[in-house]
Amino acid sequence: MAEATTKELLLEVDDLHVSFPTKRGEVQAVRGVSFSLSKGETLAIVGESGCGKSVTAQSLIRLVSTPPKSGSIRYKGEELTTKTEKQMQKLRGLEMGMIFQDPMTSLNPVITVGEQIREGLLRHHKMPKEEATKESIEMLRLVGIADPDKRMKQYPHQFSGGMRQRLMIAMALVCKPDILIADEPTTALDVTIQAQIIELFQEIQRKTGVAIIIITHDLGVVAQIADRICVMYAGKIAETGTSYEVFKEHRHPYTEGILKSVPRMDGNRDVPLIPVPGTPPNLMNPPVGCPFYMRCDYAMKVCKEVAPPRTDCNESHYVHCWLQDERAPSIQQLHS
Amino acid sequence: MEDRSQKKSASNVPDEWFVPLPKEEQRETVHHKGDSYWRDVMQRLFANKLATTGLILIFLLTIMAIIGPMLTEHTYRSQSILNSNTAPNGTYWFGTDELGRDVFTRVWYGARVSLFIGLAAALIEFIIGVAYGGISGYRGGKIDNVMMRIVDVLYGLPYLLVVVLLMVVMGPGLFTIIIALSITGWIGMARLVRGQVLQLKNAEYVLASRVLGGSNNRIIRKHLLPNTSGPIIVSMTLTVPTAIFAEAFLSFLGLGVQAPVASWGTMANDALGVIQTGYWWRLFFPAFFISLTMFAFNVFGDGLRDALDPKMRK
Amino acid sequence: MLKFIGKRFLWMLVTLWVIITVTFVLMRFAPGSPLDVDDVGMSEQARANMMAHYNLDQPVIMQYFNYLKNAVTFDFGPSMVTRSREVSDMLASGFPASLQLGLVTLVLAVISGIILGVLAALRHNKMIDYVTMFIAIIGISIPNFIQAMLFIQYISTQFDFFPTAQWGTWRHAILPALALASGPIAIIARMTRSNMLEVLTEDYIKTAKAKGLSNFQIVVKHALRNALLPVVTILGVLVASIFTGSFVVERIFAIPGVGQYFVESITNRDYPMIMATTIIYSTIFIIMMFIVDVVYGIIDPRIQLHKKEE
Repeated sequence: MAEATTKELLLEVDDLHVSFPTKRGEVQAVRGVSFSLSKGETLAIVGESGCGKSVTAQSLIRLVSTPPKSGSIRYKGEELTTKTEKQMQKLRGLEMGMIFQDPMTSLNPVITVGEQIREGLLRHHKMPKEEATKESIEMLRLVGIADPDKRMKQYPHQFSGGMRQRLMIAMALVCKPDILIADEPTTALDVTIQAQIIELFQEIQRKTGVAIIIITHDLGVVAQIADRICVMYAGKIAETGTSYEVFKEHRHPYTEGILKSVPRMDGNRDVPLIPVPGTPPNLMNPPVGCPFYMRCDYAMKVCKEVAPPRTDCNESHYVHCWLQDERAPSIQQLHS
Repeated sequence: MEDRSQKKSASNVPDEWFVPLPKEEQRETVHHKGDSYWRDVMQRLFANKLATTGLILIFLLTIMAIIGPMLTEHTYRSQSILNSNTAPNGTYWFGTDELGRDVFTRVWYGARVSLFIGLAAALIEFIIGVAYGGISGYRGGKIDNVMMRIVDVLYGLPYLLVVVLLMVVMGPGLFTIIIALSITGWIGMARLVRGQVLQLKNAEYVLASRVLGGSNNRIIRKHLLPNTSGPIIVSMTLTVPTAIFAEAFLSFLGLGVQAPVASWGTMANDALGVIQTGYWWRLFFPAFFISLTMFAFNVFGDGLRDALDPKMRK
Repeated sequence: MLKFIGKRFLWMLVTLWVIITVTFVLMRFAPGSPLDVDDVGMSEQARANMMAHYNLDQPVIMQYFNYLKNAVTFDFGPSMVTRSREVSDMLASGFPASLQLGLVTLVLAVISGIILGVLAALRHNKMIDYVTMFIAIIGISIPNFIQAMLFIQYISTQFDFFPTAQWGTWRHAILPALALASGPIAIIARMTRSNMLEVLTEDYIKTAKAKGLSNFQIVVKHALRNALLPVVTILGVLVASIFTGSFVVERIFAIPGVGQYFVESITNRDYPMIMATTIIYSTIFIIMMFIVDVVYGIIDPRIQLHKKEE
């Protein structure tokens, strides 16, 4: 929705920390993430695999095995982190729907898709079965599945990958939630199917006004649908801004790096693709300073020692990078 | 909250830190990439207390099978009618049977029989199974089809019943037991090996090796064997208790080793007649040691499987 | 689906034919028939009569076809030891007890195995998990005939509640069924547990959770069905192990079943009896395997389609 100016705040995440205990130590997957989501808005969380974006998304409805260590998640002003499991169950599916990366494994192979779609309705709205079936059929039609009456009685293996992702979307939206969380919804699909699914997201948003949080490592996917983008790196947010700001006015070297590593249709095709060298740090012992300093072309001594503070560029755009400090030398000086 | 504290620390940052970081200080400390696969397996195995217990028990049982019968002045067949059905005491540590034979000596003699049969069955099963399954899987096509149809039919036969039938025909005895167990036992192994070979034959690293000009021999040696050995070793370990059970079962039916040779199965069978008379040691000791042996091999095999396949370990 | 069942049925017949033929060949070569009793001083005429009585005077190939025909009609001729009695009559008299014991054992094994396995998985690394795994290891480690004997030595002789050497009321069945079932219970419990643990990490469980379903719905509706599917496949093998186990357990508890006769016939080298028992048990086993395959095809929707497409 273009007129996201009349902002009604749906979700506010503030300084979220999530860790997992493992045999070798605690993995600090999310280390202080903050963002917000307004009604009807599309927010993209972008980052490499292992940067904590999926954990962040799943923490919103507490699907991860450990609840948030600290920070707050407020949905329509209500604090979610202190809710009990029972209270969370009432919220999942009804207020926030979620779809996952791999549609091949995300559907139960031995239950008909109709049953899998309508069971959310039966659970949350306690409606009669026939009515739930009817609504499920409507939902299937909405996500573009032909012959929905017949398809309801089929099993997941009778659908192709792209169709299954449509089923997942139908399943997540059947209770008319306010937020749809899509965790890498296109990663496992063919490129042509990816485009169709993204178009479906736009269409559904237009029709239902649902707010979408889309998690992806592929900036190309979100370019056309995201209103705002959070770039995550090593469990932290590197840069947040509107889609335009992130693509055109980005300030963080990491944002620059991932943009350069993705082919662009509109840009100069003679510019070579440049990968971001190296790998993200180990989140068992995250670096004390900026987590990106090891891979950054402009790294300074300070980057290794102290975590960069938040610098607000304007009210929608902020960056965590020492280059924004007035004492930092110019990029040209650093690069030589 | 944190933002503010960071801002504070940001203003405290000395100005001289705003200089390019030397490239060498940017280098990531190289993570220790972990030990070799087998070292990892061993570590996981010994971290598993039950599996380690199993291994120690197997070791002790083997030692006792070797030296146990020599620890007393009695032999497994020497009779002493005067001392028949004696309760355990200083001379007869585990008591005696109705012919006055020393149960202690016979138990350890039985351990020899059981362990020998278990190991022999595992070994023969391994040889036949790997050869059959390997050829079937590696050659593929028609040969594979025919070979696997045969296996399918054989797999549909009730295992122990066929062994009993074979024993009836071949007559009782240590070696006929091993033959009967081998005739039926290799099928599972052949299926396992074939599945592994098929899966790996098309694996990309095998293809890579082939593209690079690796010979068949080299591919088998360098790729197939190391990758298939895990499940095969586990299967062999778990064959041992199956074979030990089969021997005891056959001996119990009177189809196993023949008197006066002692086996845990025959000793249990002999005890059946006196089961309600209070000569508890007649049953208790063979029963205890056969169960202990099966326990040891089972938990060791399970532990080995978990150690080889860490994702299965929940 | 029908094609799949038909194909599977044909293979069942082939397997049956193999077992019948193998039994015949083995028995032809078996040493020490009760008729080799020259030392008893049987007359030539008596011997010839005996041969004719057992159809042994015909050429081998005729004997084979005769035998095939008889096997199909479950007519195994007279017993060699109890010469006046037909093998099929003897088997028929023992069958009810064996069937009762087998069914009680199977039901006991399946129900308790699944319950233990599910509880262990849901309380993973808690007390009930450890207890279940302990029971499972014991069940696998102690051979069923040893358990049966231990039960008699330590339970039956102490408590009159569990009588032995009789058959009739349900109290007679408890101990033998327990001895027979503990192995299968262990196998089913372990398998259910590890399947459950694996299924609970599947993506579709996360999907179900994301829908807001209760834990009970997730476990019973989404996890259990998937976890129990593979358990169905081992039922055939478990039935076979219960059969063979029942041979010895029936003997130990003196239960008048087929197993009793089988053990006796082995000791006496009563070949018609051995052949008959082998064939009947193999047949039941092979039919079980067939049913298991078909049932699996019905309850797992993925298999249906796969076969339809072929």
